[in-house]
Amino acid sequence: MTMQAIGKPHSRVDGRAKVTGGARYAAEFNQPDQLYAVVVGSTVGLGRILRIDAGAVAQMPGVRAVISHLNAPRLAYQPHKGGTDPANGERLHVLQDDQVRFYGQPVAVIVADSLDHAERAAAALAVSYAGETPVVDPLDAKVQPVAPQAGRAGADRSRGDADAAFAAAPVTVEASFDMARENHTPMEPHATIAAWSGDRLTLWSKSQFVVNEQAEIAAIFGMPAANVQVICPFVGGGFGTSLRTWPHVTLAAIAARQVGRPVKLVLTRRQMFHTTGHRPRTLQRVALGATTDGRLTSLIHEGSGETSRYEQFVEALTSTSGFMYSCPNVRTRYRLLPMDTGTPTFMRGPGEASGMYAVESAIDELSYKLGIDPVELRRRNEPAIDEAEKLPFSSRSLMQCYALGAERFGWASRDPRPRAMRDGRLLIGWGVASASYPCFFSPASARVRLLADGSAEVEAASSDMGPGTYTSMTQVAAETLSLPLDKVRFSLGRSDFPATPSHGGSQTMSSVGSAVRAACLAVQAELAKRAVADRRSQLFGASIDSVEWREGRLSRKGDAAAGPSYSELVTGAGGSPVEAGASAARDAAIAKQYSMHAFGAVFVEVSVDPDLGLVRLRRAVGAYGAGRIVNPKLATSQCIGGMVGGLGMALMERTALDPRDGRPVNAHMGDYLVPVNLDVPHLEAHFVEEQDPHVNPLGVKGLGEVALVGMAPAIANAVFHATGKRVRELPIRIENLLDV
Amino acid sequence: MIPFTLQKVLTEAEAIAAAGQGGRYIAGGTTLIDLMREEVERPEKLVDINALPIKHIRAEGGDLVIGALARMSEVAAHPETQRLQPLIAETLVEGASPQLRNVASIGGNLLQRCRCPFFRMLDAGCNKRAPGTGCSAIEGLNGGHAILGTSDQCAATHPSDLAVALIALDATMRVTGPGYERSFPVDELFRLPGTTPHLEHTLRPGELIAEIRVPGGPHARRARYLKVRDRSSYEFAVVSAAAALHVEGGIVRDARIACGGVGTRPWRMRAVERALIGKAPDRAAFEAAARQATEGVKPLSGNHYKVELLPRTIVRALEMAGEVA
Ligand SMILES: Cc1cc2nc3c(=O)[nH]c(=O)nc-3n(C[C@H](O)[C@H](O)[C@H](O)COP(=O)(O)OP(=O)(O)OC[C@H]3O[C@@H](n4cnc5c(N)ncnc54)[C@H](O)[C@@H]3O)c2cc1C
Repeated sequence: MTMQAIGKPHSRVDGRAKVTGGARYAAEFNQPDQLYAVVVGSTVGLGRILRIDAGAVAQMPGVRAVISHLNAPRLAYQPHKGGTDPANGERLHVLQDDQVRFYGQPVAVIVADSLDHAERAAAALAVSYAGETPVVDPLDAKVQPVAPQAGRAGADRSRGDADAAFAAAPVTVEASFDMARENHTPMEPHATIAAWSGDRLTLWSKSQFVVNEQAEIAAIFGMPAANVQVICPFVGGGFGTSLRTWPHVTLAAIAARQVGRPVKLVLTRRQMFHTTGHRPRTLQRVALGATTDGRLTSLIHEGSGETSRYEQFVEALTSTSGFMYSCPNVRTRYRLLPMDTGTPTFMRGPGEASGMYAVESAIDELSYKLGIDPVELRRRNEPAIDEAEKLPFSSRSLMQCYALGAERFGWASRDPRPRAMRDGRLLIGWGVASASYPCFFSPASARVRLLADGSAEVEAASSDMGPGTYTSMTQVAAETLSLPLDKVRFSLGRSDFPATPSHGGSQTMSSVGSAVRAACLAVQAELAKRAVADRRSQLFGASIDSVEWREGRLSRKGDAAAGPSYSELVTGAGGSPVEAGASAARDAAIAKQYSMHAFGAVFVEVSVDPDLGLVRLRRAVGAYGAGRIVNPKLATSQCIGGMVGGLGMALMERTALDPRDGRPVNAHMGDYLVPVNLDVPHLEAHFVEEQDPHVNPLGVKGLGEVALVGMAPAIANAVFHATGKRVRELPIRIENLLDV
Repeated sequence: MIPFTLQKVLTEAEAIAAAGQGGRYIAGGTTLIDLMREEVERPEKLVDINALPIKHIRAEGGDLVIGALARMSEVAAHPETQRLQPLIAETLVEGASPQLRNVASIGGNLLQRCRCPFFRMLDAGCNKRAPGTGCSAIEGLNGGHAILGTSDQCAATHPSDLAVALIALDATMRVTGPGYERSFPVDELFRLPGTTPHLEHTLRPGELIAEIRVPGGPHARRARYLKVRDRSSYEFAVVSAAAALHVEGGIVRDARIACGGVGTRPWRMRAVERALIGKAPDRAAFEAAARQATEGVKPLSGNHYKVELLPRTIVRALEMAGEVA
């Protein structure tokens, strides 16, 4: 019986629970005697709170507490910065003073005996302000760009002399791009249920990073982390908005302490646009110089992104520009635009998606100037090594992705001339773009327990916002232990489980997967150690080196006879579960030897109705080199989701801010457009065979982000091919195309 | 949400009596409840009219007759609708989502309130929601707003797709009041904002919409609805056009055109219609006629593109109607 679990298209192990309502999300962990909290947000975009008329509201039916900076406890707010918190600046201290820094900032929280009562009181609470006009438009002359204080992603980099090479280049492209602010808009709203028991706090809270939420709340309240427990077994979509611990979690804990009862706090859809991060609007300039035969001689990529005034949110906007292309002269520059807004945060493909939109669009422009097919242009500039780091790639299959994608898409039959392809009155455009995202591997740990019935329980803090962590980790454990999938039970989403990194940055499979594998090996080692030392065991006295695990049995090397099974070993050892934990982390020496990234090539077909300015995606093919694919079914689904996200970025998603008060005007799912089924045509994801022994023990690269990157530029490029008009802002909307 | 009482009524008389005591009708509740949850609407008494026997859909002579409580999905799928007024079916299916259409009524659709974002934000000025508080859109972000029929107090578009088609088709409606009934063109239901943008329709207090009647005619078979929007479905119109043509002997004898997304009420395009009569139904004639549509437009800072898009939408809708066999 050979268990081959990795690489198989298993269906989600939690699929049934999800579709039958058995999966419990944060807001569903209702507690006995629970009260309800509703956040009141600022209605000015900058200024000071003058007065809060709590008295009137406190008398309203069911109201138990009206908490504002006037009566909230002064919290410790000890220094704490997790991996997903900005390295510079200080997080918002909620209800600690009268300052309003951005529209929608929480200024009070109402606690009542029902949601209805709390909502009514929240609507009735009169707050007066000394308001000023905030600065929320990056193009506003009052915005002062600043260099990020720290972080590799933020550093300006240069090799050769890009400006001189640009000036001397026979063929050049220079273009500026403006990409809208986006909000994550997951289905599940942010929600926290907080319950104190003495000085211990339990939070059932939507989080992609429970151990960081535990540490952050402990730091805010000045208590030992061990006294905080965060529980989140399911996440109804995250896309990054639940990587940080936002003020509402603190508010729920404050409220629960104030009233001495468990308190449930769920943000409204509108509030999801205020204080829980967003993809920053970015302004970028790209300048390319090339020889007439299409060799890049200069690549300049300058970009800036919005941030708040109190924190520097830094993303990898220009990071791929150093290694995507072979080019002797490269200069990148990244600035932040502090404005009167909440701090942005990571959103699927953070930095890379925005930055590559600009560069991949510019490369496309260059291909037309040169008269070279855009795929061929990329082939001519494919680097042998990472020229920024001067390191070999651990693996790089970009050209294989192009070959596979082009074949599946039928790229060869493209007429290269803009406006040349038509379907009736529709203009047809084919566009292409590259995608890339780094292979992170952060320290992670996991625990495995083998039970007397021969099944295994596996635990890691982790999270599953949709990629299928439950399933893929079950596969890794089943494969490593040679057990059938149904003999493995993987649990996640508790801060008292072994610590893992954020469920973001496409690093869960690599980090947690490697830890699960290590923990499985550790429990096997533990069992073996016990077996050879146990007088009752048939392996008693054997040296540890003379036994091996074969198909879930501990057998003597060179002896075909199968040894005892897990069940026999655990039972033999007294029957109580045998447990082992282990950690995994990237080998620092290997990290210095290789540049590690996933790559992809995205091909799309759009139609443009030239009379009505309507762009519709007709089909898309993504080909990815993402290392070993643990579960092709989940991976395909993951990629399709990413492509849909990229479609939204290209044609729909845009949070519009009112310049007068910084209010997100379209903070409503009817007005903030994301693709619906009718917008999503046939999407294909293909994976090239890629073996990468360096990235991590499993050889996986992560897919979540790379699947979104590349889609938006491919669509923008296709719109150009269809129309001959280059729209350099996203999203591309009807009003951009009425002149084609 | 403000607490309210709910009274279920079984007859029109009961309904009207309840409304006379300050009750507010509720049918599908798809828009009213939504607005109540946000405290934009604050009725204290709701009158559930769903049990009233006004759910019929039938042909009377060449007319299509629709009870006010018929659901959007039922009307769209009904064979008589498809036979007599395919434009109505097409228009309904372009609106909202299948789930909403299963619940939403025809009467409620006509009385749905505007989708201006500021209307729904209690902390923003909105003359429609709170008279005298000012309009946040006119000097603000207004890309989705109206270019026709605006005043200095309001520029919100009327959101209903159905109303556009009904107005193009010269539909009439029958309403019931205390001790009387009256019928009038659907066109007369809608008001312009002027200085009273909070008054959106001409129903008298407590009047119940009972029935819609859509007269047939040779134009009805060549009739199409085009809804232009950035997302393929589940979005209100950026610009829309209903167009019905009666062509005989290669000449346009009758044309009915109304547009959505551009006016503070559904907008009949009489000048465009007049310009088409007697012309051959070709693109040149459509384009020449459609230019009349932008007569008197008043674009705001963010919606100049609608001035461009409006005639193009009409041209395409006419082309679509012209192609129908
Ligand atoms: C997300 C969303 C998207 C939508 N998209 C579209 C769209 O694209 N196109 C479109 O046209 N519509 C759209 N709609 C609006 C939808 O069609 C309306 O909400 C629906 O038709 C209202 O019908 P209802 O029966 O639910 O009305 P209700 O919510 O019950 O009532 C609405 C109003 O009508 C009054 N009323 C109801 N029936 C009567 C009657 N018989 N006599 C007198 N007064 C009455 C009520 O008092 C209330 O003021 C959308 C709605 C939503 C929520």
